[in-house]
Amino acid sequence: MSQIAAVEIRHLVKSYKRGGQVVPVLEDISLDIPAGDFVALMGPSGSGKSTLLNMIAGIDRPDSGELRVSGTDIMTLSEAELADWRARNVGFIFQFYNLMPVLTAFENVELPLLLTGLPARERREHVDMALKMVGLADRVEHYPSELSGGQQQRVAIARAIITDPAILVADEPTGDLDRASAEDILALMDRMNSELGKTIIMVTHDPFAAKRARTVKHLEKGVLAD
Amino acid sequence: MHLLKLILRNTLRHKLRTLLTVLGLLVAILSFGLLQTVVDAWYSGAKAAAPDRLITRNSVSLVVPLPVHYRDKIRGVDGVRSVAAANWFAGVYQEPKNFFPQFAIDAVPYLAMYPEYRIPDDQLYDFMRDRKGAVIGRKLANTYGFKLGDVVPLKGTIFAGNWEFVVRAIYDGAAPTTDTSQFFFHWDYLNESMRVRAPQRASQVGVFVVQVSDVARAAEISKAIDTQFGNSAAETLTETEQAFQIGFVKQTEAIVIAIRIVSFVVIFIILAVMANTMAMTARERMSEYATLKALGFGPGFLGSLILGESLAIASMGAALGVALTFPVADWFAAQMGTLFPVFKISTNTLWLQVACAVVVGVAAAVLPAWRATQVRIVDGLRAAG
Repeated sequence: MSQIAAVEIRHLVKSYKRGGQVVPVLEDISLDIPAGDFVALMGPSGSGKSTLLNMIAGIDRPDSGELRVSGTDIMTLSEAELADWRARNVGFIFQFYNLMPVLTAFENVELPLLLTGLPARERREHVDMALKMVGLADRVEHYPSELSGGQQQRVAIARAIITDPAILVADEPTGDLDRASAEDILALMDRMNSELGKTIIMVTHDPFAAKRARTVKHLEKGVLAD
Repeated sequence: MHLLKLILRNTLRHKLRTLLTVLGLLVAILSFGLLQTVVDAWYSGAKAAAPDRLITRNSVSLVVPLPVHYRDKIRGVDGVRSVAAANWFAGVYQEPKNFFPQFAIDAVPYLAMYPEYRIPDDQLYDFMRDRKGAVIGRKLANTYGFKLGDVVPLKGTIFAGNWEFVVRAIYDGAAPTTDTSQFFFHWDYLNESMRVRAPQRASQVGVFVVQVSDVARAAEISKAIDTQFGNSAAETLTETEQAFQIGFVKQTEAIVIAIRIVSFVVIFIILAVMANTMAMTARERMSEYATLKALGFGPGFLGSLILGESLAIASMGAALGVALTFPVADWFAAQMGTLFPVFKISTNTLWLQVACAVVVGVAAAVLPAWRATQVRIVDGLRAAG
C-alpha cells in the first residue's frame, strides 16, 4: 500500500444551525488516509461520520480547517469546479443504491461517462467491462426494479468505478441488504481495493462490514476517538 | 440525446398522472381556442368590411329610419360611386330561435357593391325578375335545407304581418370568412307592401350603403354626406362599414371582454394544475436530482430535465387540444346554426394556443427547476430514505 495521502484533513470543523441554535457536528478533526487504504468510519448515530464522508466526497463543505483530497484543496473550489472534480475523482456508493429507476443497468452505469465526452463505442466498452466486473454482464438491459437489492448495489458499484476515480465513498453500503448480499458487496469492495487500488472510505454501523476494512476509525460526538 | 431519453421516460413514469394532466391541458387549450374563435366570430363582420363601403344612418339611432329620397342626394355627393338602400327585416322563420339576418335591399347596386357574394348568373337573373324573390347564403341554405324555388314564410316583427319569399338564388362566399348566412330580398317589395299595410312607414330606409370611388377620400365624403343633411329633420351619421360593424360589436363589448377573460382564466387554472404536478414530481425525485448532482451533473442539466418534462406534457396537451379544436369548432358552429355567420379558427388563434401551452410548460417548471438546482446534495440525498 502506498503511503501517499489520498485524504489530508486538518482541524476540520463543521456545525449546523437548527432553530437558531448552532449544533457542532465535527470538532477539530485531523486525519490522513493513505492512497489505497480501505477505511471504515464507525460510530453511533449523530457522531458525524456521514458528515465527514460527505465533506471528503465534496458534497458538503466544512466551516473551517483544511481538506485536501487527491492532492486538491477542495475547499477553494467553486460549486461548478467541485462538481467537475467529483465527476473525475470520486465514486459514490449509497445505502439505497440511488439508481435512476427509468434507466437500465447499462444506462445507469453509463451516466457518469456522459460527462467525459467519450464516444458512444468507448462508453459501451467501459460499461460492459464494469458490469462484467461486478458480475452483472447478463443484466445490462434490466431496470433497477427488476433487480434484487444486492444486484442494484452491484450496479451502483459499477457506476462508482466507471470513471476510474481514485476514491470510492460508501455510506452504509450494506445497510439495506441481507447478510448474504452484504457479504457479496463487501467482497466486491474488497476486490476494488486490492485489485484496482481504489481508496475506499466506508461509513458503517455494522462491525461485520468494518472487519473488511484495513483501518477502522471511530467517531464519538464529532471527535475522532482513535 | 440522453437528456431527451431521460425526459421522455420521466414523462411516462407516472402514466395516470401524465394522462390526467395532458387531458386537463387538452380541455384548456381546446376551450381557449373555441372561446377565441367565438370572439373572432363576433368581429367577423368588421373584418369582412370593405374600405370603399360607407354606411349612412340616422344620427339619432339605427332604429330611426331615413327618408328614401336621401338616396338621390347621397348619390349626388362628389366621390360617391353608388348607393343602395337596406332595411333590417328581423322576421321569424317558424320559431324565434331560428335566427338569421334578413335585409331588404336595392338589389342591383347593393349586390354590385358586394362582389364577395358569388351568385350564378342564371340565378341572379331569376332573382331580379321575381318581386318576391330572395337571395340566400350557402350556409343558410344548408342549415335549413332551403333549395331554389322553395317558399320561405317569415313572420314580421318590425314589419308586421306574414311575408313569403321564393328562394331564387344561393350565393357562395368568395372567401371562407365571407358571411353566407344572410337572406336578401327586394327593398321595393318591402316598400310596396308597406304602402298597403302601413302607409306612414313606407318610403323609409334603415341605412344607405355607399360605395366611394376613392378610399382615401372616405372621411371627406362621409362628412360631405352628413353636412348635406345637417339641420334637417333626419340628420345622418356616415361612417366606414368597418366602424359601423365595430359599433355593433361594442354594444355587446362586455360579453366579448368576459369571454376573453374566461379564456385566459382557463389557461391560468391549468397553469396552476400543471405547476402542482411538476412541483409534486420534482419533490418526489429530489433524491435523484441530488444523486445526479453528486455524480457531477450541473444545474443546467437538472433544469433542462424538469423543463423538458413540463414542456413535453404541455406539448402533448397542446397538440391534442389544437387538433381537436377543428372538429369541435365545426360541431359547435353547426349547433349554433346561423348565430355565428363565420366561425373559423384563425391562424392567430392557433398560434395563441401554442403560445399558451409553451407559457404553461415553462411557467410550471420554473419553481421546481429552481428548487432542484438549489437543493444541497446532502439534503436531497436525505430525501431518499
